[in-house]
Amino acid sequence: MKDKKITLSHGAGGRLSHDLIEEYFLPCFDNDLLRALDDSAVIPMQSEQANRLAFTTDSYVVKPLFFPGGDIGRLAICGTVNDLAMAGARPLGLSASFILEEGLPIEDLERILASMKGAAEEAGARVVAGDTKVVEHGAAEGIYITTAGVGQIPEDVAIGSAQAKPGDVVMVSGPLGDHEIAVLMARGEFALQGEVESDCAPLNGLVEAMLEVCPEIHSLRDPTRGGLATVLWEIVNSSKVGVIIDEGEIPIRDQVRAVCDLLGFDPYYLANEGRLVAFMPQGEAKAVLKAMQAHPLGGEATIIGKVTAENPGKVLLHTPIGGHRLLEPLSGEQFPRIC
Amino acid sequence: MCLGIPGRIVSITENQLAEVDFSGVRREVSLMLCPELEVGDYCLVHVGFAMQRLDPAEAQETLELLDQFLEASGESP
Amino acid sequence: MNPHKSPDEGKLAPLLLENIAALADSPMRLMEVCGTHTVAIFRSGIRSMLPPGVELISGPGCPVCVTPAGEIDRAIALSRKEEMILATFGDLMRVPGSSSSLQEERASGAAIRVILSPLDAVKIAEENPDKTVCFFGVGFETTSPAIAAAVMEAGRRGLGNFYLLSSQRLIPPAMRALLSGGGVKIDGFILPGHVSVVIGKAPYCFIAEEFGLPGAITGFEPLDILEGIYLLLRQRKEGRTEIEIQYSRVVQEEGNPRARGIMGEVFAPVDARWRGLGTIPQSGLVLREGFSQMDAAQAFDIPYAEVEDPPGCLCGEVLQGLVRPPECSLFGTGCTPEDPVGPCMVSTEGSCAAYYKYGRGAGGDER
Repeated sequence: MKDKKITLSHGAGGRLSHDLIEEYFLPCFDNDLLRALDDSAVIPMQSEQANRLAFTTDSYVVKPLFFPGGDIGRLAICGTVNDLAMAGARPLGLSASFILEEGLPIEDLERILASMKGAAEEAGARVVAGDTKVVEHGAAEGIYITTAGVGQIPEDVAIGSAQAKPGDVVMVSGPLGDHEIAVLMARGEFALQGEVESDCAPLNGLVEAMLEVCPEIHSLRDPTRGGLATVLWEIVNSSKVGVIIDEGEIPIRDQVRAVCDLLGFDPYYLANEGRLVAFMPQGEAKAVLKAMQAHPLGGEATIIGKVTAENPGKVLLHTPIGGHRLLEPLSGEQFPRIC
Repeated sequence: MCLGIPGRIVSITENQLAEVDFSGVRREVSLMLCPELEVGDYCLVHVGFAMQRLDPAEAQETLELLDQFLEASGESP
Repeated sequence: MNPHKSPDEGKLAPLLLENIAALADSPMRLMEVCGTHTVAIFRSGIRSMLPPGVELISGPGCPVCVTPAGEIDRAIALSRKEEMILATFGDLMRVPGSSSSLQEERASGAAIRVILSPLDAVKIAEENPDKTVCFFGVGFETTSPAIAAAVMEAGRRGLGNFYLLSSQRLIPPAMRALLSGGGVKIDGFILPGHVSVVIGKAPYCFIAEEFGLPGAITGFEPLDILEGIYLLLRQRKEGRTEIEIQYSRVVQEEGNPRARGIMGEVFAPVDARWRGLGTIPQSGLVLREGFSQMDAAQAFDIPYAEVEDPPGCLCGEVLQGLVRPPECSLFGTGCTPEDPVGPCMVSTEGSCAAYYKYGRGAGGDER
């Protein structure tokens, strides 16, 4: 293909579409299932005492397309793998649908696909189905990606938002807010310079390491949009428990905190794409923490709080000076403030 | 009604603009309201303007005084 | 290193609280004037730790909360003009006008930009010579010198397309109005630390001298606020009524004269309407003649119409400290952060939003 940019012809379904797939998409996601190029991928079940499927879908519209620590492609793979991992599922296959804007430089597409390939390899996941459409210039911003993911859940795993129990320990796998702040700074809207990188990463390996020492993990969530606060709020409502978090223990990088101070943002509402929040029985906490800290994505894992029977439906923050206050879920968009 | 953030002046350009460091994050800040500030000074920043010089040594000292005073007054009922 | 934050917070806070408790043998009602204090008090957990004798009341120092809905409508009308870019602080985006908000207008296609500094608006004007750029400026004395400096800079750069829609106000006149009104019983003031960085101590002296009440110019870290409360209780114990500076690491007695000078060169005081407090003499700012060509209110045909508070909305009473947010019948039912009726629920530092977000039913916080 000699074109430097995506044109509407690439989306017409004819030879150019075929060439686009052959030349750019297949090499990145190459596997038997995809190469069959059937209408559906046919995936054999793997019989590791698995009796349930996990199934998820997501769309990715991030701006800018490329940011420190990642890009829309990496985000798409990691986000989908992570949704499966939060159910304790091993990924069986992912799909990726692309909406390309007419005029998108092919170079950008190549870069994004290569990034997806890398992320998929890190996760040990395969993209087994895909689609591309091209829309007129202005009808999309470069590229939108929609994914779906299927995974299988080992029999002895029962992870869910409704499974948290009083007495459980609450842990995070690393510092919060890196992703959202990295993207915000990359947008350049507020002329902030710094070296914050997105934490975007596939967490299924970390989850496997955790499940190995403790199959009885009760809940796992990745705090994406809405951040830690929203995830905690969802858990307390689903599980009908209360949660007390020790605010001083929540890990946040200095630079992220500085940006939050400058914009008046609350760091507990920031999106993360490579972190998880875990709830597990107290007796298992030490072993799980050790396993997390031994994993490259969990080196800064910390215990941040515990689940209570009191105050069901409420997330309480124990503040550094020894007081407490409620942590509500995010209501709307966080706007920077001066007051 | 005012977020004021402490930062350290890294460099000063002409036109009364400075690059200020906030724990590793940097932004351009105007010195129009505080033109006497120098490189290395800490200042309080509000809406992109330096509002006043901050002396960390003095800040530390006031904390120590508070500490001592509280210890002392804590002893008398 | 952050010269604001004390590594000994965990140790000093309990000591301060002990001293506060020892002095709180009879009730003391303290008003924190500034919205940023309201939020800081809640977020730090201080509300959950104060002895029952100390009651904190939120005051009118939330510039978004006291901006009349009619002024939001005026900004919205401006933003709807062809070739207009409206630049404003994020605080204003969700405040309801009579039928819309800036956020909704942006969703409908209006060119509205959220900025961090008034100088950003000047930059937008310079980079878009074919557009008209209006900065919708809200704030108190902390912010007005910066807005003044930006106006001067726009003048220096000869930007004929830069305008200011001013909704700026002044704190001491509002405090005088509050105290003269006699409606609210206050025993002392936690005074706004950052406003005071600009105006210093003198403008508050009337509180002590004419009304016999103590004040403490206080910072925003948890220790600052505890110390401010402590100083006020101690004044009462020792029979003093003074204005003290707790926030001495930033606030000078004389404030920042240069900032005041710049503010005074560009702005003149004018009577202004405050939501909930009515018209307060000499409590707003208007561009002086030398800069009036940049006054959006004069340059554009955008009539100002007063808007009635929605029925049941008690923002006015809340702002004066006459009513606590939970006492409003709309609180948490018809009026929530997702669906606000009045600005006290919209503004991140409005009393109602703070009570809703941080204080509901977490065991004794609702004081």
